[in-house]
Amino acid sequence: MELPMRNPSNGKAGWLSWHAFAVFGFLYLPIVTLIVYSFNGSGVGGFPPRNLTLDWYRILFADDAIWTSVLNSVIVALVAMAISLAFGIPAALALDRANFPGKALFRRLVLLPLILPGIITGLSLLMLFREGDIKLSLTTIVLGHGTALISVATTEVFAGLQKLDRAQEEASLDLGANYWQTFWRVTIPNLRLSIIGAALLIFTLSMDEIAVSFFLIGRDNTLPLEIWGRLRRGITPEINAISSIIFVFSLIAIVMWYRLRREGRTEIAAELVEAAAQGD
Amino acid sequence: MDIVATQSVAANEGQRGRDNLLSIRNVAKSFGKNPVLRDISLEIAEGEFLTILGESGSGKTTLLRIIAGFESANTGEVWMEGERLDVLPPYRRRVNTVFQHYALFPHLTVEENVGYGLRVAKLPKNEIVGRVQQALAMVKMTSYAGSKPAKISGGQQQRIALARALVNRPRLLLLDEPLSALDANLRRQMQVELKSLQREVGISFVFVTHDQEEAMVMSDRIALLRMGELEQVASPREIYSHPATAYTAQFIGHTNLLRGAVLSRVARCHSLDWPVGMPDGPVLFSLRPENIRVVDLAVGSSGVNVVRFRGRIRHRAFHGSTELLQVECEDGLRVSVRTATREKWHGDLELEFSPDDAVAVRESQERI
Amino acid sequence: MFSRAYRAAITVPPLLWVAVFLLVPYALLFCYSFWSVSSTQMIVHSWTLDNYRDLWRVNVYWQTLFRSMWIAARVMIFSLLLGYPLAYYLSFHAGPRKDLFYQLVIIPLWVSYLVRAYAWKTILGSDGVLNTLLQYVHLTKHPLEFLLYSPFAVVLTLTHIYTPFTFLPIYASLEHIPRNLVEASHDLGASPIQTFWRVILPLSIPGVLAGATFAFVLSLGDFLAPLLLGGPSGIMISNIVVSLFGAAYNWPLGAAISLCMLLLVLALLFLSENLEKKWSFR
Repeated sequence: MELPMRNPSNGKAGWLSWHAFAVFGFLYLPIVTLIVYSFNGSGVGGFPPRNLTLDWYRILFADDAIWTSVLNSVIVALVAMAISLAFGIPAALALDRANFPGKALFRRLVLLPLILPGIITGLSLLMLFREGDIKLSLTTIVLGHGTALISVATTEVFAGLQKLDRAQEEASLDLGANYWQTFWRVTIPNLRLSIIGAALLIFTLSMDEIAVSFFLIGRDNTLPLEIWGRLRRGITPEINAISSIIFVFSLIAIVMWYRLRREGRTEIAAELVEAAAQGD
Repeated sequence: MDIVATQSVAANEGQRGRDNLLSIRNVAKSFGKNPVLRDISLEIAEGEFLTILGESGSGKTTLLRIIAGFESANTGEVWMEGERLDVLPPYRRRVNTVFQHYALFPHLTVEENVGYGLRVAKLPKNEIVGRVQQALAMVKMTSYAGSKPAKISGGQQQRIALARALVNRPRLLLLDEPLSALDANLRRQMQVELKSLQREVGISFVFVTHDQEEAMVMSDRIALLRMGELEQVASPREIYSHPATAYTAQFIGHTNLLRGAVLSRVARCHSLDWPVGMPDGPVLFSLRPENIRVVDLAVGSSGVNVVRFRGRIRHRAFHGSTELLQVECEDGLRVSVRTATREKWHGDLELEFSPDDAVAVRESQERI
Repeated sequence: MFSRAYRAAITVPPLLWVAVFLLVPYALLFCYSFWSVSSTQMIVHSWTLDNYRDLWRVNVYWQTLFRSMWIAARVMIFSLLLGYPLAYYLSFHAGPRKDLFYQLVIIPLWVSYLVRAYAWKTILGSDGVLNTLLQYVHLTKHPLEFLLYSPFAVVLTLTHIYTPFTFLPIYASLEHIPRNLVEASHDLGASPIQTFWRVILPLSIPGVLAGATFAFVLSLGDFLAPLLLGGPSGIMISNIVVSLFGAAYNWPLGAAISLCMLLLVLALLFLSENLEKKWSFR
């Protein structure tokens, strides 16, 4: 639909496209810098980059502490994902189809960690563990991530439920399947995309989480905390190397995700932000 | 097609002596490789109520959007009062639109919606207030001035959309299926209101619809669009009683299409024949079901110059005041016959029609 | 349609989890803020208003809170200035490249927050990429010191992080504007600029509010960017909380500050939600 009215406003669209170009430059400048300097022989900083090298990657691969933290992060992310889904899916179902006293408060509480600065969630959980005499460890981090990310599972699955045709479940019940069978054979398969999307997002967010973990950390580091520890000591190109690797993996995950959900553009992130800001 | 269209326009102009307001000249438009409009030429007269009628996909909405300025034609021109219209952006055209789903601004009140065009034109405050009041009174919506569009019914939204467009005193008002979202009763009521409103304000209306009944009730002229081309442009009476093509005859009302041939001034169709004034060759006739009469044998034939035949009722459909009979003749010809319900016909019937009522129509070409 | 047992099964487990891991911790935060620390560094579980009295008296808390709000406000404004025109461009002028551009905005979201903050550090440092570049092209002789370890660096980094978050709800709200409203506006004689101010902007306010709230609230509570790039002049309120929970070891005072922050955030969310309701018409 090319509108003739565009023609007189071309000047404005031109201004806008320059602005868009500049914003993209701003968004990508640090990422590009990061990757370029992961191959820079003389370390981070200094223009122009010189002495192309893979040394930092070599050093990185020999660095056991980092790989231990990567493994820790993966474990934490997987368990947190399981917890978030196990409680987030029922929470979405409850918001969609049950009425109980305090439902509005419950909705707000579940979604609050999405919009709340991580420090508040982290601190209040820290106090819980202290009062409960629970030693800080990867387990407490898992509980923290699980709690904070239930909101993601709930938001995504709730959005999926809004699109689900209730008549399908009624048909299943009508054909003699009980609630349990209907749940597994009709409800869950219909929510498949929402659940996979939520799972991917929870995994990524957990892998990257630091504000909550910061307060709940025991002896074992997750990857962001390991990176944080090193950053406090100074700049090291190994961080560029590991970050570049993670970036590439994230890109692969994004591409996989779009392959999976080809029929529609994902608006998860937008849904999340909107849900977070609106409290529902 | 064009010949018919131009001829009818010429005929109508002669009849009314009105000046042309808008002139669409050889407009064509395609979306990608899909031709939507092919070489449309159409004149719209001052104060006229013209309906663009067509099935979905016929290109009627596209034609309307080209006049409004939301689409640009690939070729052809649109002129209004001696000025080229198609080069102007929509906001510089003295044309306003009533949108299909009204497109009322949800963040503005009824009053602000109606005053929108006047405010963006930076008219003095008191003039705006006066004209908005007047427009709201015209559509009997004064008491809803402060409501938001979401709070009023579909019929009321329709009136507001109308007031919002008319308050700007356009030279031409475009209406894109404005009644399609209303239920049947309200729709009929609005048809009447819209028509009388148009007479009152004297502005030319171009009304787009897919509903042939609606087109018949409201229009001065109907432009029937089929797959991007004008099939016929004529007054409702003309288009009904003298359809130019088989498609027109079938789309507007119900008809029997009789295929036959003319030989030495006699049309022959199955076992029927009657004298005609046309050259030899194959021919197609449209014969409306209500133009076939059942002969009451007790009373006898109604005239001398009629075509008579016999047939047997195969099926009957009750339509309230009339009944539609499917009659099969002895020679296998099947025709629909509309009779008044009170007459209880059954079994074998004697039927007749006047040769004048069998209108020769052109075959409608297949188009892709 | 759903039986009692079904509804209980979907309701009770999440309710319990939320009660234990969200409701109780928030309650504890509230309680802690009225407790105190003994000279032997033990938490004293008796009620006192001392923490709040301290908050009231000690100027540095107020100053830091206001500085944090000022930093958050700047981040919010810059994110809007970057995000809104971008969203408008994508929604109304990008044509077939719209989807690609949308992905391009999303992708940086998948790069770790920490890593992006760190990348800015490598760019802004006195021997960082930017300074060496400026010297390389002879624009400056000496490194510009104000770039890193300043509120500027914090605002820049947080703007970088929250611009996509601000963009997303704005873009969604622009995409939800029925295009026939834009046509109707042009039809009624409004130019593109008039149409923007009178139709498009008002209808995208809910998205603007959501994005602005997000950027402001999350920047307000941030403590990592200030630690990494802020220097002494870039300290924010959460940094004080962190040190109270760490080296300074005064959890109750930290809890009191956190609670104030929580209330501030909730008030903002409430405000934004009400404004959004006022500005949404569907």
